[in-house]
Amino acid sequence: MTKPVKSPGSEPTADSAAAPGQGETLLKVSGLKKHFPIHKGLFKRQVGAVQAVDGIDFEVRAGETLGVVGESGCGKSTMGRLITRLLEPTAGSIEFEGRDITHLGVSGMRPLRRDVQMIFQDPYSSLNPRHTVGAIVSAPFKLQGVQPEGGVKKEVQRLLGVVGLSPEHYNRYPHEFSGGQRQRIGIARALALSPKLVVADEPVSALDVSIQAQVVNLLDDLQEELGLTYVIIAHDLSVIRHVSDRIAVMYLGKIVELTDRQSLYNTPMHPYTKALMSAVPVPDPRRKAADSRERILLQGDVPSPMNPPSGCRFHTRCWKATEVCKTKEPPLIPLATGHNVACHHPENAPDQEPGDTELLSEAATAKR
Amino acid sequence: MLTYLIRRLFAVAVMLVVIILAVFCIFFLIPKWSGIDPATMFVGKQADKESVEAVREKLQLDDPVLVQLFEFFKGIFVGRDYTSGGDTTHCSAPCFGYSFRTEQEIWPVLTDRLPVTLSLALGAAVIWLIIGLAVGVLSALKRGSLWDRLAMTGALAGVSLPVYFTGLISLAVFAYQLDLVSNTFTPFGDDPVKWFSGMILPWVTLAFLFGAMYARLTRATMLEVMGEDYIRTARAKGLKEPVVIGKHAMRSTMTPVLTLLGIDIGALMGGAILTETTFSIPGLGQAVLKAITDRDLPLILGVTLITATAVVIANLIVDLLYGVIDPRVRLG
Amino acid sequence: MTDHEHKSHKDTEPGTDATRVDAPQAAATGAAGAAIPEQGTAPDLTGSGTAPGEPELDQRPPSSFLEVRDLRVHFPTQDGLVKSVDGLTFSLEKGKTLGIVGESGSGKSVTSLGIMGLHTVGQYGRQRPQLSGEIWLDGQELLSADAETVRKLRGREISMIFQDPLSALHPFFTVGHQIVEAYRVHHDVDKKTARRRAIELLDRVGIPEPGKRVDSYPHEFSGGMRQRAMIAMSLVNNPELLIADEPTTALDVTVQAQILDLIRDLQQEFGSAVIIITHDLGVVAELSDDILVMYGGRCVEYGTAEQVFYEPQHPYTWGLLGSMPRIDRDRADRLIPVKGSPPSLINVPSGCAFNPRCPYADVPGDDVTRTVRPELREVKDGHLAACHMAQEDRERIWNEEIAPKL
Repeated sequence: MTKPVKSPGSEPTADSAAAPGQGETLLKVSGLKKHFPIHKGLFKRQVGAVQAVDGIDFEVRAGETLGVVGESGCGKSTMGRLITRLLEPTAGSIEFEGRDITHLGVSGMRPLRRDVQMIFQDPYSSLNPRHTVGAIVSAPFKLQGVQPEGGVKKEVQRLLGVVGLSPEHYNRYPHEFSGGQRQRIGIARALALSPKLVVADEPVSALDVSIQAQVVNLLDDLQEELGLTYVIIAHDLSVIRHVSDRIAVMYLGKIVELTDRQSLYNTPMHPYTKALMSAVPVPDPRRKAADSRERILLQGDVPSPMNPPSGCRFHTRCWKATEVCKTKEPPLIPLATGHNVACHHPENAPDQEPGDTELLSEAATAKR
Repeated sequence: MLTYLIRRLFAVAVMLVVIILAVFCIFFLIPKWSGIDPATMFVGKQADKESVEAVREKLQLDDPVLVQLFEFFKGIFVGRDYTSGGDTTHCSAPCFGYSFRTEQEIWPVLTDRLPVTLSLALGAAVIWLIIGLAVGVLSALKRGSLWDRLAMTGALAGVSLPVYFTGLISLAVFAYQLDLVSNTFTPFGDDPVKWFSGMILPWVTLAFLFGAMYARLTRATMLEVMGEDYIRTARAKGLKEPVVIGKHAMRSTMTPVLTLLGIDIGALMGGAILTETTFSIPGLGQAVLKAITDRDLPLILGVTLITATAVVIANLIVDLLYGVIDPRVRLG
Repeated sequence: MTDHEHKSHKDTEPGTDATRVDAPQAAATGAAGAAIPEQGTAPDLTGSGTAPGEPELDQRPPSSFLEVRDLRVHFPTQDGLVKSVDGLTFSLEKGKTLGIVGESGSGKSVTSLGIMGLHTVGQYGRQRPQLSGEIWLDGQELLSADAETVRKLRGREISMIFQDPLSALHPFFTVGHQIVEAYRVHHDVDKKTARRRAIELLDRVGIPEPGKRVDSYPHEFSGGMRQRAMIAMSLVNNPELLIADEPTTALDVTVQAQILDLIRDLQQEFGSAVIIITHDLGVVAELSDDILVMYGGRCVEYGTAEQVFYEPQHPYTWGLLGSMPRIDRDRADRLIPVKGSPPSLINVPSGCAFNPRCPYADVPGDDVTRTVRPELREVKDGHLAACHMAQEDRERIWNEEIAPKL
C-alpha cells in the first residue's frame, strides 16, 4: 500500500510481509467454476447444472479497479461471491496475496474476511432494519475481535464521517435513511477493517442518477485515500467505463474480453463487446440518427446457462459466426498487448480462423 | 405430470406405512414396555387369569414383536384370523381388530360413522367457503370502512369463541326457543328433511369458526393481490372492475385458500369432536371421544389411521389442484 | 412499513434525506392506520371536475391532441398529504414522442397513471387520491368524465406499457388469453377473431412462432419476449396514445436496444402519440422529440430534445447531465453530482423545490429562491424553464461552468 492507513484494523496484518505493492497481483483466479446442480424426477437425481461460472481466469492488481460487466445470467455476481468466498467454487483456484484460499473453511477464512469485503446492490435489504447504524458498522470489529484505538464508537463515527454521513447518525436506524445514504452505510461497514480488496456488486444500480454520481465519486475518493483495490460488478457500461482501470466482459459464465478501459472502448475486439456497447442508448439526441444506422441489434435473448451453446457460447447470436465457432471454443488469448479476447473472428484484430469464412445460416440473416 | 403423480402416490404409500408403524408402536409396544399388559387392558381389571390368558393367546401377544407387526399389517391389508381355543374368527381386511369394550369389529363401526362426519365436514365447508370468501373479499375491497371493521370484529369472535359455546347458544335459541330446526340428529336414510333440519345448526356452528379464519385469510391475501402490478394492468386494459376482481384477483386469492381447505377437510375427517358432542351427532369424533374415555385402543387406532389417511390424501388433491390453478407450479 | 409512526415530518428540515416518501407506497400505508390528520380545507376531489375554490381554468377544449393543465395528484397518508404531482401542464401532438425524465418520487409515474385514470379505480374514502386540473384527450376532458367513459377509453384510446413485464402480466393466464381479453373488452368479436388478432400482433412485435407462443404463460417467456408481449397487448386496439413507463429498465442492454427499436418502428407505423417515462437520459435522447424534466412533482424544464441536451436552462437538468457517466466519451475526471437527496413530497421545500440542492440558489438574491415558487416561463420558442435566475446568468453558468466539464 502506498499510503499508510491510520486505522487499527490494518495493524494485525502489517506483519504479513507478503503484502503486495502497487500494481502487483493481489488476487489471482484460474479456471474458476461454479455449477449449481439441478435435481429432477422420481429420485431427485441430478439432471444437469446451471453453469453460472464456467472456467474463468483473471488477476486483480493492487490499487486498480477491475470492472466486470455483462448481462443478467452471465455469472458476474456469482463470480463476485466466489472470490469473496461466500460461495464454494466447484473447480479452479483463487489466490489472495499468493495464498491459495480456494477451499478455506470458515475458520481459515476469518483472518481473510478482514482483507476482503463486499458491498451489495440493494441498500434496502442488505442492512438489518433492527440494528442501529452504529451496530451495523461496528459489527466487523466484534466479529473479528478487533479493538480499535479510541474505542469502537469513536472509530465508527470516524468511518461515518469518511463516507459522508454525520457522526450523529450513530444511533439511527437504516429506514431513516435514503437509498444513497444506506449505500454509504454499507460502504462504511465494508471499510471498517481497512480491507485490501473491496468487491462491489452493482453498488449504484438501485440508486437515482444524481445519487449514483455521489456514490461513484465516494468510491473514487476512498480508493485514492485508502489505496483500495476494487472489483466492481455492474451491468451499466457507462458506469463501468467511468470507474474501471481494466474491464472484463462476461458472457454466459465466461470472460470473453479482458483489457484496459481505453482499448476496450476504443477498439473492442469481441463481437459481443461491440454489440453491447453499441446497444447502450447515448444521451445525445444529435447522434440518434447516425447511431441507429451503426447499431448492432443482437437477435433474441441470452441462452440459458443450464444448457449453454457449444463451442463459442456467443455463436447463436453472433453475426460473424462460422462453423468453427460452433465446434471449437475460442481460448482467451492476448491479441494485442494486454488485450485478451476469446474469439475466432475478432474485430480490430487479425482473424484467428481465416480459413473458415462461410457464415452460419443464423449469422447470415442477423440484422446489422 | 405422470411422474409427479407417481412420485406423490409413492410418497403417500410410504407415509401411510410410517403412520401405521407409529400407531402400532404407540398402541402395542409402549404399553408393553411400560409394564401394562394389553391383555388385561382388553379384558378389564377384574378379569380372572384364564380369560386374560385366552385373550393373550387370541391376540398373539406372546409372539415376537416382528410377528405381531406382520400380523397387524396383514390384518389391515388382507385380513387375519384370530384363534382362541379351538374356534377361529376371521376378521376381513381392513382389520383393525376388535373393540375392547363392545367386542365388535372396528372397521364396520368406522364405516358406519364416517359418512356422518363426512356430511358434517363437507356441508360446513360449503358454508364457510361461501361466507369466508365473500366477507374476506368485501372487507379487502372496502378496507378500513365500517363494514370492514364490523366484519373483522365478527371474524375475531368466530375464531375465539369455542364451538360448544356458540353451539349451545344457537341450540337454545333456534332449536328450543324458536323451534325452527330440529335439535337431534336423524340419519339421512330415515328422513332426509329431518336430517337436513338437524344438520343446519352443526353446519353453521362449525362454519362460523372456520369461516372466520377463511375471511381473515381471504382478506389478507386479497389486499396483497390488489396491490399487484397485474391488477393495474387489467385495469389499464379497460376491464370492468367486477372482471378485474372476480377473475384476475380472485384467481390468485384462491390458491392459499385452497391449500388451507384441503388440510382442514382432511383434519375434520377424524371427527369434529366438540361439534359432534355438542349436537349429539354419531360421527367419528363422538366415537373417538368415547373410545378415549374407555381406553378402547383398537377404535382409537382405527380413527387415527383414517384421519391420517384423509389428511395425506387431501394434501395430494390440493397439490394437484395447485398445479391446475397456477401454471408456474411445474408438476414434473 | 409499519414502523413509520415516529417518522414525523416535523423533525427534519425539508430536503434532508430522513423523510423520503415514495408516494405510492406512502399512499398504501396510509390506509393501515386509524386516525389520519385532518386534511383541513382540502376538498374531496373524487375525479369529477375541478374543486370549488380552485382557480377557474380555461375550459375551452385545446387544439393539441393531449393537453394536461395544472394536474395535481395528492395522496392522503398518515404522515400528511403527499403531493406527488403538483401543478403539471404540458401538451402532446399525435405522432410525437414526449419523454418525461425524473428521479424516483418526482411524480412521473403518478402522472401517467393519472392520465390513465387509474388513481381512482377501486379506491374510495380516505385512501382515495385527490386529483385536480384538466386532462384533455382529443377534445374530451377526462378528469370530469364519468368513470365508465374513462374505462372505455382505457386500453382503446390510451394504453400503457409497464416497467416489469413479469409482474405486470397475470401469472395464471396465457399470454394469448390476456391479449384476447384486452381486445374483446373494446371489440365485440368472437374468440377466434380475437385470437387471430393476438397472433397477428405477437408476430408484429417479433415473437417467433406466434401461433404456438400465444398459448404460453408469461413465465415461459424470457424477459425481452415478455415485454414484447406486453407491447403487443397495449397495441391490440390501435391506441392513439401510448404511455411507456420505464419500458426497458428491467431489461438487459442488448434486449433494451431491441425494444427501443421496436417502439420507434411501431410509432412510425401506428402514428400514435407516445409518452415515454424514464430516469435514463440515454433512452429519452434516443426516442423523444420533446423532453419534460420533472422535479418534486412539477415540471422544471420543457423543450425539444436538442434544447434540453444542448442548452439546458435549469440547474437540476445540469445536475442530471453532470451526474451521468458517459459511454460515448472518455472518462471525465469526476462526475458532478447533485448534492443531497430528492425532496420530501409531504414537505416540499418552499420557494423553488430544488433550492436546498441548487449550487446557484443565491444567484438571484433577495432569498427569492427560498420564498417564491418559480413559474414555468418560456425562455426561447417552445423552451420552458422554472428558474429564478436571469437568462444571462443561466447562459453564462451553462456555457462557462457546466458545459466544459461534461
